[in-house]
Amino acid sequence: MLLAVLLGFIFALLIPLLSKFARKAIPSLLSAVPILLFFYFIYHIPEIKDGNFVLEKTAWVPQLGIDLSFRLDGLSMLFSLMITGIGALVFVYTSYYLKGHVYLDRFYGYLVMFMASMLGVVLSDNLITLFIFWELTSITSFFLIGFNNEEEPSRKSAIMALGITGFGGLVMLVGFVWIGAVAGTYSLTELMSQPEVLRDNPAYVWILVLLFVGAFTKSAQFPFHFWLPGAMKAPTPVSTYLHSATMVKAGIFILARFSPILGSTPEWNWTLTIVGAITMAYAAIHALFRTDLKSILAYSTISALGILVFLIGLGTEEALLGAGIFILTHSLYKAALFLITGIIDHETGSRDVTLISGLRHKMMPVAIAGYIAALSSAGVPFFIGFLSKEVMYEAVLHLPTGAIILTMLAVLTKVCLLVAGFWAGIKPFTGGVSEISEKAKLPSARLWAPTLILGAMSMAFGISPALIEKSLILPVLSSMTGGPTASYLALWHGFNVVLLLSGVTLAVGTGMYFYWKPSPGKLDKTFKFEFLSPEELIKSFGRGFQFFAQKWTGFFQNGYLRNYVITILIFLSILIAYRLFSGVYIYLDWDQISEITPSEIIVVFLMVVSIFFVILSTKRTPVIVALGVIGFANCLFFLYYSAPDLAMTQFSIDTLTVLLFMLVLFQLPKNKTFSSKKIRSRDAVISLVFGGLIALLTLEVFEEPTMKEVSDYYAENAYILAKGKNVVNVILVDFRGFDTMIETVVLVIAAIGVFSLMHLNMNPIKKD
Amino acid sequence: MKSIIFRTSSRYLLPVLLLFSVFMLLRGHYLPGGGFVGGLMAALAFILHSFAFGMEETKNIIRINPGFLMPLGLAFAMIAGIVPWFYQEPFMTGLWYGEPLRMVGMVGTALLFDIGVYFVVIGSVLTVIFSIREIF
Repeated sequence: MLLAVLLGFIFALLIPLLSKFARKAIPSLLSAVPILLFFYFIYHIPEIKDGNFVLEKTAWVPQLGIDLSFRLDGLSMLFSLMITGIGALVFVYTSYYLKGHVYLDRFYGYLVMFMASMLGVVLSDNLITLFIFWELTSITSFFLIGFNNEEEPSRKSAIMALGITGFGGLVMLVGFVWIGAVAGTYSLTELMSQPEVLRDNPAYVWILVLLFVGAFTKSAQFPFHFWLPGAMKAPTPVSTYLHSATMVKAGIFILARFSPILGSTPEWNWTLTIVGAITMAYAAIHALFRTDLKSILAYSTISALGILVFLIGLGTEEALLGAGIFILTHSLYKAALFLITGIIDHETGSRDVTLISGLRHKMMPVAIAGYIAALSSAGVPFFIGFLSKEVMYEAVLHLPTGAIILTMLAVLTKVCLLVAGFWAGIKPFTGGVSEISEKAKLPSARLWAPTLILGAMSMAFGISPALIEKSLILPVLSSMTGGPTASYLALWHGFNVVLLLSGVTLAVGTGMYFYWKPSPGKLDKTFKFEFLSPEELIKSFGRGFQFFAQKWTGFFQNGYLRNYVITILIFLSILIAYRLFSGVYIYLDWDQISEITPSEIIVVFLMVVSIFFVILSTKRTPVIVALGVIGFANCLFFLYYSAPDLAMTQFSIDTLTVLLFMLVLFQLPKNKTFSSKKIRSRDAVISLVFGGLIALLTLEVFEEPTMKEVSDYYAENAYILAKGKNVVNVILVDFRGFDTMIETVVLVIAAIGVFSLMHLNMNPIKKD
Repeated sequence: MKSIIFRTSSRYLLPVLLLFSVFMLLRGHYLPGGGFVGGLMAALAFILHSFAFGMEETKNIIRINPGFLMPLGLAFAMIAGIVPWFYQEPFMTGLWYGEPLRMVGMVGTALLFDIGVYFVVIGSVLTVIFSIREIF
């Protein structure tokens, strides 16, 4: 399974090579990856029957309890099949949708990495590994949303999506670490076997809150929902794949995963029910006001995610069954609708639902797929949507408390979603051919075949639920409840309240479809409330933060080196002075200080003379030389006190500094203006205070007992462990070699920085 | 910088200083020295030469773009870190080969690492100095 997860990353690494030598083959080669993986998972279906699961473990950082362990059970099977199955369709679809795009290779690279990260999220058994894959999905989706990086809105929504989901992920990490601290393990399988450890812990509520923030941000739950409509700036295949079928369901996945571990408490149930209910109703109503096909779909997706959270929140076996089957239903019809929107956009150049009509005359296969998707989303019998709606209504009706209100809310949501689905799936194809639809024609089968495949599955599972009941849905249920289950999916439950509700939903929804027309005018009315929305709050927080950062930076980073130095010196002086005068007793023992030798006196004399020369001189070159003298005198001190390595390095560095100064300052015009007496005396005071404090600090160091453990360890082991006699060097290249490696990287970065600054030509025209 | 003494002396100082820098690099594991100091000295040798003869002349002597030494050095250091993996040891475990050589001491990954540092230092110092010189 490790290979299955990493396969996508391996292929992504090959992309640069492929794009050089086999550019044309990239789409077909990479489409093979999800297809292959899809059949791999299909092949493993028998192993997850009756709540069984497969667990594979590869040690990664065993000291910290972090392993690359993967767990394949019903839930992860369902998600893996969706990720690879819909992935395969999207990969094929993209090959035509973005045909001839300059960065098609990049796009496939991001897409395949995203797929692999997503598989990692749903298969990981270790919480830390799960988090890493989780953030990888955020990062890859950032690149996918911002794929049209030359457009500003595209970049902005990419940053917004990354900010919100990345933030949520980090919050969730805190929750995971907390879980690890409380339960002593990061393994989901082990946590499932001892759920009471977490539920009975006082930290339970905190863990829950942290986890919810992660799940809600990823799955666009109120009040974090706003990044999802923005993310629709992405190319349509991305919206299909990330924002309806897979990534946004990662939050749902987390909730479903933790249902047997953290669920079945009032805190869990009520929070999820309330948040889910608000999201599903709010977004469903919102969807009715949109005219852009993708916006309609975005809001109806948020609403569907709300339904899922709501169902998981109810927590009864029926509700969880409803959630499991709705995850599949929604992916099938919503992915189809998104792909169809992409086709319409591709062929007509517009996504305005009020302008497009009559496309069935131009592209019959797409129209059929659209009808199927719309009917499945409406929950018409013989489509899989019917099953999920029935189970959902049943679950809500059987609640002990609040059944009536919640049922009404569910019906309202379903009605709105039905209208939205009809608008997206039926409206563009019916009626007379409008002006904008005139030029459209049937595109390549690579575009419309995926939509029909999805439609066929919606129908097949709807007509014969037995196809998936035992093999997929029941294992999903048992991994959500944490125990064996026996349930049923049937087309016909007899005449009961649920069937009546279904009928009401269909009738009201269809009626509304004919009487309610979204228009730009109605959309504008909703903008009045915009300033109250969480999105605006976040944006103004962002603006405020930027303003503050600008002021702050403008004050401290004012571009004058002397001011920087003064700031640093004053800050350090205050810090040292506070420490020295708050209870440190300075005691000077003259006997401890070694005798002063003539050579030292000479060196100090040299230094003092040079310092005065630097301060008083008016010419530049002598000042540089004098500064060099001070540095070299310092080296001599290092040499006297047996630090030859330090002396040597300092000597070379000082030489370099002098040369650098010469190079730069040599070219400048002569010094003309000098600082006034006032400023000079201020500087003198600051430097005297700082120098005095450092001297005191040095004396104070003598008083402190020296900690020799570390240096003794190095001295003793340098030869034994690292076969070196020069301890300094052994520390550099062996004991702390990792630091050195990073430092060399820093050095390289600095050099590249200087190089690019020096070669940066801000006014290319002027130069000629 | 046109002084004939300076020019003549730096012509002979370049190879001597370069040799000395290699000497510094190799003795580092036993006596004061090491890749960092060695690299600085080699860079200084080239800079001295460029002061006497001009940058173009020095670049001709180096032949390759000094910037190229940076990735080369990083690659050496990285290889020194990765090699232990093939012997089932953690990243950057020191490995040694055979008997100690004269002056150099034990040959092993630590030496390779130090050579990497040496190249990185030469490359980055020369890149910085040369880019600044090109502008002024």
